[in-house]
Amino acid sequence: MEKSLAHRKIEEKFPQAVLDSHAQHGDETLILRKEAILDVARLLKEDSELQFNFLMDITAVDYLGRQPRFEIVYHFMSLPFNRRLRIKLQSDDLYPTVKSLTPLWKTANWLERECFDLYGIRFEGHPNLTRIMLYEGFEGHPLRKDYPKTKRQPLIGPQN
Amino acid sequence: MIPSRSPFDPQNPLEGRVITTPFDKVLGWARKYSLFVYPFVTACCGMEYMSVSSAHYDLDRFGAAFPRFSPRQSDVLWVVGTVSHKLAPLVRRVYDQMTDPKWVIAFGACASCGGPYDNYATMQGIDTVLPVDIYIAGCPPRPEAVLDGVVKLQKMIQESKQVWK
Ligand code: SF4
Repeated sequence: MEKSLAHRKIEEKFPQAVLDSHAQHGDETLILRKEAILDVARLLKEDSELQFNFLMDITAVDYLGRQPRFEIVYHFMSLPFNRRLRIKLQSDDLYPTVKSLTPLWKTANWLERECFDLYGIRFEGHPNLTRIMLYEGFEGHPLRKDYPKTKRQPLIGPQN
Repeated sequence: MIPSRSPFDPQNPLEGRVITTPFDKVLGWARKYSLFVYPFVTACCGMEYMSVSSAHYDLDRFGAAFPRFSPRQSDVLWVVGTVSHKLAPLVRRVYDQMTDPKWVIAFGACASCGGPYDNYATMQGIDTVLPVDIYIAGCPPRPEAVLDGVVKLQKMIQESKQVWK
């Protein structure tokens, strides 16, 4: 597929940022260098020809046994142009650290907290990076593939 | 047909007007038909709870449908749906606030045993933190199964020793 306008603009402005790309069903996915995310997101949001003004989701994938192990996935949408763009960052750290998008989107606050809670991804610059789904005192990040399937951490009642 | 009363006989004033029965039985009979319900509804089973308690299946026929939204005024705690570990202390607290005598119904597979969710988040049955009287199977249970559960609870109440002092 032909490179999308967003792809071309990112390459033009940040020549080192894009590591890889692919497209499926008309939607493009870019794999970026981890450090570039905040600048690229700002470009996507503020460029008048792109206007990706809607941050739909932030999530992560744990490919246990692969290198790099973690992928952090962003879904952007441009409401004015009805375009979508998926951006992935990769990291092999045990606790990957990426820049927070909270300066650009308020919704990033809760999305990043969820991603931190369940996968243990650290978001640099987040104002309140605490658990959002699980409770205080919960140990570990349960959507990681190495979290024991049968491990239970009840607040009250019998342990296992 | 209602039998006609015998004419009043001053010599025998109780004739035909009084029955004798153990106090426990009367109390049990009164209690089982005036169950105030506290619905603790957390998940999809709530749909069946709604259908049971509204006109179509009409739980009120059994004297067990009046929902109270204060645990202090209710007799039966219905735990309807999935309960997570995070929510467990709250269910327990609601239960502790109810006044005796009180009963608990575990409505559906999730409340009974965790249902389809055998994972880090879901409590494997509310009976791990509070005593349950009736388990209603199903995911979600059919309204008929729920009515059956209610009738069984009533039978249990009728047959149990009544604490009243
Ligand atoms: S038992 Fe089934 S229908 Fe009921 S709350 Fe659980 S998953 Fe939902």
